[in-house]
Amino acid sequence: MSEQNKFWKSSRRIYRFLIVVCVLALVSGIVIFYLNHDDIDSDENGEKQYTTFSDDDPNRIENGIHVRTGLTDAPGLQETVANCTSCHSAKLVMQNRMSAERWHATIRWMQETQNLWPLGANEAIIVNYLTTNYPPKNKGRRETLVGVDWYELK
Amino acid sequence: MTALLSADIVFGASMPKYYLPLGLQDPDPFKMFDKNKEMVVLNDKPWNIEAQAHLLDDKVTPNTAMFIRNNGLIPDDPDTASWTLAIDGESAKEQKSYTLQELKSKFKTHTYQLTLECGGNGRSEFDPPAKGNQWTIGAVSCAKWTGVRLRDVLEDVGVKPDAVYIGYHAADKHLSQNPDKEPISRGAPMAKAMQEETLLAFQMNGADIPLAHGYPLRLVAGGWPASVSGKWLNRISIRNKVHDGAKMESPSYRVPCNPVAPGEKVKDEDMCIIESMPVKSLITYPKSGAMLKEGQSLNIRGHAWAGELEVAQMEYSIDFGATWKDCPIERPANRLAWQHFSARINFPKKGYYEIWAKATDSQGVSQPMLLPAWNPKGYLNNACHRIAVKIG
Repeated sequence: MSEQNKFWKSSRRIYRFLIVVCVLALVSGIVIFYLNHDDIDSDENGEKQYTTFSDDDPNRIENGIHVRTGLTDAPGLQETVANCTSCHSAKLVMQNRMSAERWHATIRWMQETQNLWPLGANEAIIVNYLTTNYPPKNKGRRETLVGVDWYELK
Repeated sequence: MTALLSADIVFGASMPKYYLPLGLQDPDPFKMFDKNKEMVVLNDKPWNIEAQAHLLDDKVTPNTAMFIRNNGLIPDDPDTASWTLAIDGESAKEQKSYTLQELKSKFKTHTYQLTLECGGNGRSEFDPPAKGNQWTIGAVSCAKWTGVRLRDVLEDVGVKPDAVYIGYHAADKHLSQNPDKEPISRGAPMAKAMQEETLLAFQMNGADIPLAHGYPLRLVAGGWPASVSGKWLNRISIRNKVHDGAKMESPSYRVPCNPVAPGEKVKDEDMCIIESMPVKSLITYPKSGAMLKEGQSLNIRGHAWAGELEVAQMEYSIDFGATWKDCPIERPANRLAWQHFSARINFPKKGYYEIWAKATDSQGVSQPMLLPAWNPKGYLNNACHRIAVKIG
């Protein structure tokens, strides 16, 4: 049997399985849609109440955390998200615990070498947000081992 | 897979085995890069992912446990049929270009196990902290690389006597999407470029190099900061001066030429390029946090490496360095490969212990128990690795 035939044959098996899955999903989808629809319409005030958020909301905050980036919700969050997460990940921001002086120097470096735009008045807001929410931490020359995940070794 | 796309994949049979069509690409990095679920994502733009010590237990590091350090964006779907490597530069006798097939057929193929450690591995421990990805201990690997010697290719082109350095150029894209900017373009002095073990590799562990690790062509220079080992290589320049590509400039991949106090400001011109990585070791078994019964002995094992040098001695301590015991260290599979150690430990009484490992290189230089010399960018932390153990 040629490679193409083999590939086609194995694909056909998956097709059959997926057709069954799709039909089931369609039927349950219709049922769930109607059930949910009833819930919304039968609200006491007669007004439609939407309680779920769209997963696509880029500004969603949950438990004090900006969901899309993982940054803490505090004054300066929006300026930080808008200026600091389009080129690199917010994870890079959060790992770095720097003083205001070093953040300003880092911003200069990004402007000189990495195409970061001028931040204007937002620079002070962003640096204040970072040093307040991700302050520097003294580690000394060697830290105690922390976060050890204990387990029995036979 | 074809059913999911509701379309026949016309050339499905000739599609690479693990290739996922763009329409189905999964943002899950563990699936996308075939990494162990316990790998730690430090950064997702660009992708930077590190291992934990116990994931590195294999003698030859599999892809699943290999750290990813990217400076830019991974190229999409490189076309290997049209891929070429150009050689140019002031000190090249002529300009030449090779297809992958030409490299493979024209030059002899070699395989070496080579230790690649990120210059910033261990950065998270420095105080005051250094900016950048906060690597802990897992930005090191030792896989088997197969390719042709860079030396053979450079000699085929012809190297002028004034050659000083080689610099690589690659197909990755700058984070700012500016096509005129290279995310990284580093290199090595001629002496390192001409070493037997310095490869233009097209295979890792006997298979095509995974895309995140440089498919289809990677420079591999074992024992030096892994940033010298450029991925997705398409050009090498033979330079008549120290290469001046992106991240060659101070302070990238440089440490103070003379030691400085923690936190001290260092002028760009007082920073020197890192060459060989320092001696270091890792306890890869057991995972930190093992609880044993009183009287139960413990077998530990791990790897040690020393940049350009060999590890000559391996010791461990269970009393915070008050006493050290020697343990056997194997010879490397080849030069620049990490070496394996093991020991059987008996604990004198119940309680909390830490096992500290310390390697010493062939020039008598050992790993420090405390952080080594502070430097502004947080490179070269080779402090002893330790794991926690409880008895009773």
